[in-house]
Amino acid sequence: MNQLRTWFLAPARLLTFGFFLAPLAIVVLYSFLTRGTYGGQGAPFTLENYTRLADPLYLEILVKSFWIAILSTAICLVMGFPLALFIARSGPQWRGTWINLVMLPFWTNFLVRTYAWMFLLRDTGLINTAFQGLGLISQPLPLLYNDGAVILGLVYGYLPFMVLPIFSTLERQDPFLLEAAADLGATPWQTLWRVTVPMAKPGILAGSVLVFIPCLGAYLTPDLMGGGKSIMIGNVVQQQFTSSRDWPFGAALSLVLTALVMVLLWFIMRRGGKELI
Amino acid sequence: MNHVLEVRAVSKSFGANHAVRDVSLNVERGELFALLGPSGCGKTTVLRMIAGFETPDRGDVLLDGKQIAQLKPYERNVSTVFQNYALFPHLTARQNIEFGLRHKGNAIGDLAARTQKVLELVQMLGKEERFPARLSGGEKQRIALARSLAIEPDLLLLDEPLSALDPKLRKRVRGELKDLQRRVGITFIIVTHDQEEAMAMADRVALMNKGILEQMGTPEAIYLRPKTRFVASFLGSVNWRGEYGVRPEVVRISPTAPRNGARSHRAQIHSSLFLGNCFHVEARLEDGTALTAEIPRQDQTYLPGENVHVWWHPDDEIHLPAAS
Repeated sequence: MNQLRTWFLAPARLLTFGFFLAPLAIVVLYSFLTRGTYGGQGAPFTLENYTRLADPLYLEILVKSFWIAILSTAICLVMGFPLALFIARSGPQWRGTWINLVMLPFWTNFLVRTYAWMFLLRDTGLINTAFQGLGLISQPLPLLYNDGAVILGLVYGYLPFMVLPIFSTLERQDPFLLEAAADLGATPWQTLWRVTVPMAKPGILAGSVLVFIPCLGAYLTPDLMGGGKSIMIGNVVQQQFTSSRDWPFGAALSLVLTALVMVLLWFIMRRGGKELI
Repeated sequence: MNHVLEVRAVSKSFGANHAVRDVSLNVERGELFALLGPSGCGKTTVLRMIAGFETPDRGDVLLDGKQIAQLKPYERNVSTVFQNYALFPHLTARQNIEFGLRHKGNAIGDLAARTQKVLELVQMLGKEERFPARLSGGEKQRIALARSLAIEPDLLLLDEPLSALDPKLRKRVRGELKDLQRRVGITFIIVTHDQEEAMAMADRVALMNKGILEQMGTPEAIYLRPKTRFVASFLGSVNWRGEYGVRPEVVRISPTAPRNGARSHRAQIHSSLFLGNCFHVEARLEDGTALTAEIPRQDQTYLPGENVHVWWHPDDEIHLPAAS
């Protein structure tokens, strides 16, 4: 029995070790190395990669990244909850259709979809051309290459990750509870706030975590839709590994980001995410 | 006029299904009223129209003489104890009770005192801080009852209140519910498919079948003077014999023909089962028809194949035409 267990768990253990712990160990190791003159890294061991993080420039980018991630998550929640509620309350024959529509964007590559947004939003894009053609505006609207465009891209990309977990908690809610609330004098609006939303808390938490974490580390969306002007921490990490050729600093940066996310998650779970585990 | 509730000729269809057809009934203040019938007879739909979860297609619902058929559930002073209790799982027992008090019970004053009072009433003091997941079925029901009673409704509706309880508990809760109803003096309407439950608890019973109200009256009245064969058969077994029927408990068996003006037939015992409180006897009459009798165990015992006389008083016959 015990031996069987060992064998069944072996692939999972191998995966965890080979694809998670071992690379992480390499990242940790690199973060304490010194950058070579022409790229590469080597001795001596140093803490400099971490002390460099105190530079106000990086702190500012980190704070901004948090802001963008928080804002994007909040917008996803405000948009995603009503959508999830609508899907959960629609008839069983329609539910599958709506869910498939929510998932539909996943069938296309994220990069292609981001470029599609850029074609819509740029100065000579569909929206600006149309508005100018109609004579509504004389100068193109600055729709692309700013914080707003990044947030739009992130919300667009991660909205399904908010909708699906909330939908799954709402779908399991006993419809009699809504009748019971009405029976006890609650209007539909009061029922929403005092029954539906509190009971969907596990889904709301799960969705928020699923949206917030990738938003915080995003680099493709800020790179393309922010156009270098709206830079996030993910872009800084990426630059260290590409143009700056400073792998040790890139490793230190990504580790700090990971640590921050873990502390945040731990805090959320302790504060009321018992349902998440 | 002392009717707390009047239902006047209500009808309700769901698509092609005529769930309730032209049902009228009235409920008196302070009584325990039972809506009885087989599953799918429309009794639950009637209850849901009284609660406000459904709107009748036609007809009126009057609470204290005021038209309420079009009002939302949160606009009428009626409360329901749901079959599955529908306690809010994210709230404690106390918070469940306070939920209604915050919305409907605004005229009732001190929240904590009121909650305490109903907890005491249903004997759940000490368990008020528990979440529903940590309550047994019977305890959930008490909290659901307390939650509804707390808002002091004009009418308390109970949908199959005993069906989710285990059979041993059922008889006890039956008595407790009736006792509770007498103490609080609130009018109860109970929906049930169990005729024994309805007869044991209710002051008056309305028996429904296929969306139609068959008969309304005290348990004794409808049992002893059923208006249709459906009513007679639903409330107990009947040996139908052409134009009339006799209930098994009025049939008597003796070795010789009785000389007391009773209706008597020669018969042969087919089977005899001892049920503890009585014997359940199947007899075959000379004309070939079968007859069931329930005879007290003090009577002589009979063996299969034995030739006997079966008899009953003509007063005990239920005369109803077959085509009803």
